[in-house]
Amino acid sequence: MVSTDSISTLRADIASRPFVAKLHDWVTTVDHKRLGILYIVYALVFLLIGGIEATIMRIQLIRPHNNFVSPSVFNQMFTMHGTTMIFFVAMPILFGFANYLMPLMIGARDMAFPRLNAFSFWLTAFGGILLYFSFLGANGLYGAGSAPDVGWFAYAPLTSQTFSRGHSTDFWILALLVSGFGSIGTAINIVATIACMRCPGMTLGKMPLLGWLNLVMAVLVILAVSPLSAAQIMLLVDRYLGGHFFDTQAGGSAVIWMHFFWIFGHPEVYVLVIPAFAFASEIIPVFSRKAIFGYPVMVAATVCIAFIGMSVWAHHMFTVGMNSNANTFFVLSTMAIAVPTGIKIFNWLATMWGGKIHFKTPMLFAIAFLFQFLVAGLTGIMLSAAPFDWQLGNSYFVVAHFHYVIVGGILFTTFGAFYYWFPKMSGKMYNETLGKLHFWLFLIGFHLTFDFMHIPGLLGMPRRIYTYEPGRGWDTFNLIVTIGVFFQGAGILVFVANLLWSYFHGETAGSDPWDAWTLEWSTSSPPPTYNFATIPEVRSRRPLWDRKHPEDPDWKYE
Amino acid sequence: MQNRGPSNWKMRFAVQLIVLLYLPVAALAGPADRSISPTNIFAPVSTPAHSILGLSLFVLAVTAAIFVIVFSLLVYCVARFGKRADDDGREPPQVYGSTQVELAWTVIPILIVVVLFMATARVIASIQKGARPANAIQVIAIGHQFWWEYRYPGLKVVTANELHVPVSDPAHPTPTFITLLSADTDHSFWVPRLAGKTDLIPNHPNTMWIDPQQTGLYLGQCAQYCGTQHAKMLLRVYVQSREEFNRWIEEQSQVAHANPAVSEGQRIFKATACINCHGVTGTVADGSFGPDLTHLMSRETIASGAAPNTPENLRLWIQNPDAIKPGSKMPAMGLSDQELDAVTAYLATLR
Repeated sequence: MVSTDSISTLRADIASRPFVAKLHDWVTTVDHKRLGILYIVYALVFLLIGGIEATIMRIQLIRPHNNFVSPSVFNQMFTMHGTTMIFFVAMPILFGFANYLMPLMIGARDMAFPRLNAFSFWLTAFGGILLYFSFLGANGLYGAGSAPDVGWFAYAPLTSQTFSRGHSTDFWILALLVSGFGSIGTAINIVATIACMRCPGMTLGKMPLLGWLNLVMAVLVILAVSPLSAAQIMLLVDRYLGGHFFDTQAGGSAVIWMHFFWIFGHPEVYVLVIPAFAFASEIIPVFSRKAIFGYPVMVAATVCIAFIGMSVWAHHMFTVGMNSNANTFFVLSTMAIAVPTGIKIFNWLATMWGGKIHFKTPMLFAIAFLFQFLVAGLTGIMLSAAPFDWQLGNSYFVVAHFHYVIVGGILFTTFGAFYYWFPKMSGKMYNETLGKLHFWLFLIGFHLTFDFMHIPGLLGMPRRIYTYEPGRGWDTFNLIVTIGVFFQGAGILVFVANLLWSYFHGETAGSDPWDAWTLEWSTSSPPPTYNFATIPEVRSRRPLWDRKHPEDPDWKYE
Repeated sequence: MQNRGPSNWKMRFAVQLIVLLYLPVAALAGPADRSISPTNIFAPVSTPAHSILGLSLFVLAVTAAIFVIVFSLLVYCVARFGKRADDDGREPPQVYGSTQVELAWTVIPILIVVVLFMATARVIASIQKGARPANAIQVIAIGHQFWWEYRYPGLKVVTANELHVPVSDPAHPTPTFITLLSADTDHSFWVPRLAGKTDLIPNHPNTMWIDPQQTGLYLGQCAQYCGTQHAKMLLRVYVQSREEFNRWIEEQSQVAHANPAVSEGQRIFKATACINCHGVTGTVADGSFGPDLTHLMSRETIASGAAPNTPENLRLWIQNPDAIKPGSKMPAMGLSDQELDAVTAYLATLR
C-alpha cells in the first residue's frame, strides 16, 4: 500500500506542477519517448502547413487560367510543399516513431546517446523554423519576404545568384544543411542503439523487423544525407565565395548538381519507405494473428533494396541526355529493385493468408497501403523503362506516382502506426468509429486525387506549372483531383480530433490492448521513464507470444 | 466449406474494380485519338513517339497482368481470412515461411524483369542511336527564360517559339535533328506526339530527332521548371509539306522591308530599349536576349504561345507584358498611347 500511495502522491505532484516547469521538462528532456513524441507532434504541425500549401496549389489548378495565386506564389508553394513534406514531415515523423519504439522493442532503457538524440531533434526543429522564417526574413527582389521558389530539388543554375536574388535560396540551403546534420545524428544513434543496446537473448536474428528496418534506414541516411550536405555547402560556396561548381555561366555543371541531389534523393525514398515497411511488418502480423511470413527473407529483401537503391539515382535523369549505355544501366538497376520489393508484398500477403484478420483501424490502413504500394510499384516499373519515362518524366504522371508512394504508402502506414501505438504512447484507447471515418474519408480523397492525377500526365501536362491552357483535355481531371483534396483535408481533421479527444477522454488502454507479441507491450502504457523495471530476456522474435503460449513457444521453431 | 469461401458479390466487385482502374488507360490507348488531347502520348505521329508507344503498351500489359494477380490475392485474403462472428478465439496455425514458395516469387519476378529490360534496352538503342541521314534537317533550339529560339544553320533562318519542320515520308525519311542548348536555366523540349522530352541544359548540348509523318500543328510545352513563367513557355511545331516548308524558309531568310508609312514607329523602336533585346535583320536592331522580330507577323502567337498574335495583343504586350505573362523578362516600356500605336503599326509590317 505504501508504494501505491507514494506513486499516487508522485502523480499528483506531477499534475500540479506549473506549466513552465512542464515545458522546461519537455525542452530539456533527453528521454527517447518524449523526444519521439516531440518529433511526431512537430511533424504533425508541419503536415498541416504542407497540406495547406498543397490545397492552395490545387485551388489554383482547379480550372485553366485560374487567378487564385500569382505564378511566383505558386512556385513558392510547390517548393515549400515538397521541402516541408520530405524534410520536416516524413523524416521527423519516422524518426519520432523510431525513437519512441526502438528502445522499447529491443528491451533497452533509452537510445545509446540520449543527449545526441535531443541535439538532433532540436537541429531538425531549428531547420524547419529557419525554412519558414524565409517568408519574413528572406528579402526578395523587392525587399518583401519571399519563400524559396527553386523547386524542392533546386536544379542549378536556377539557384545561382544570377537567377535567385535575395536570400530565399540561402534559407533553403541552410535549413536543409542544419536539419541534415540532425538526421545524421539520429541515424548514428539508431545504429549504435541497435548495435549495443539489445536485451539479453536478442540476437540480430531475433530482433523485431521494425528494428532491422530502422537499422537499414539509418545506414541509408548516413550514406544519402552526406552527399546532400556536401552539395549544399558547395552551393553556398558558389553563391558567396565565388565558387563555380554549379555556376554554368562560369563553366560549372548543372548536371553534377543533379547527380549530387539524386544520389541523396533516391535513397531518401527508401529512407522514408523502409520505416513504413516496418510499421506494416508489425501491424499486419498482429491483426492477422500470425507470425510474419519469411522473416529472414524480409530482412534480406530490405538490405537488398537499400543496396540496389544506392545505384538507381540517375533514373531521375533519363531526360537530361545521358548516353544510351548509362540509360540502359539505370533501367536495369531500377527494374531490379522490383524483385525484393515484390517479395515483401508477397510475404505480407502470405502473413495474412490463413490468419484471422481483425479489421481494426491500423489494419485497414495497412491493407490500403498494400494495395496502393502495389500500384505505386507498377507505375514505378513504367517509369523505369527509360523511353516511357521520356514521355512521363516531369509530368503529372510522375507527381501521381510519387504521391502514391509517399501518401498512399508512407502516410497510410504512418496513420496505421499512429492508431496502433497511440494506446501505448498515451495510455488511452483511440475512438474506433472516428478512426474508421478518418480511414474512409482519407481513402476516398486519396483515390480521387491521385488516381486521376495520372491521366493529365499521360495527356502531356508537365508538373510545376501554375496554370494551363484550356483545350488540352486536362480540365476535368484537374477538377476531380482538387475535389479529392477536400476529402483528405476532412479526414485529417477527423484524425486530429480523434487524437485530441482520445487523449483527454479515451478509455484506459492497458499495457497490451492488441494482444501483441513485441516487448513494448510488456510494460505499462505509457511506459515509465526507465521503460522496464527489470531488463527482459528473450528467446525468440515474439517474446510475448512465448509468454502467452508456454505450451507452443516460437523458439522451438526459429 | 461453400459458405466460407468469398461470396460471389465480393469477387464480382473485385473484377469490376480492376476493369474500372484500367479503363482510363484503355480508353486513352485504344482509339489513339488526338481529339482527347492535342498532347496525348498515345497518339504518336513520329518514329520516336511510335517506338515509345509500342514499349509503353507492352509494359502496361505486363504490369496490368501483375496487378490483376496480386490484387486478386489481396482481395481474396481480405474476403476469405477475416475474423468470423463465430470465431472460437483460438490463434490460427502459425506459419513461419516456406522456402519453395519464396523461391518461386523471387525467380518469377526476376524473369519478368529480364524480359522488360530487354524490351526497354532495344527501344533505347533504336531511338538514341538513330542514324542521321545526309538529307536530315538540322535545327538548333535554344531555351530562354521563357521562350524558344530556333536557328536553321546553313539556311540563314532565325525564328522564335514556332518551329517549322518538313513532313517525313516513311519511305524516304527526312528527319529533323534538333540540337538543344540553353541560354540560362534548364528547360525541356516536350512535344508528346512527336517524341519524348529531352532537357536543354546550359553547358551540356543535347540532341533529339523527330520524323513527323503527318502535316499539322503539334503542341507541347517546357517540361523542366525554369523559373517564374515556366507554365507559359509553350511549344508549337508546324509540320509542313516539303513545298510549304521550302517556301517558309525562303520567306524567313529575307531581310525586313522598310515601309515608309510606319517610319515613326520604327524610329521609336530604335530609340527605346527594344533593340537591346530584339533583332530585326537589315536594321540596327540586333539584340539577342529576346525573340527575333524580323518576321514577327508570320507567327500565329506571341509570348511563346501565350496569346494569339493580334495587333491588340501585341499592343497590350508592349504596354504591360505582365497582363499576358506575369514574370516574363520583357519589361513594360512606358510608352504613350500614340507611341504604342506607332510601334504596333511598325511591328505589324514585319512579315
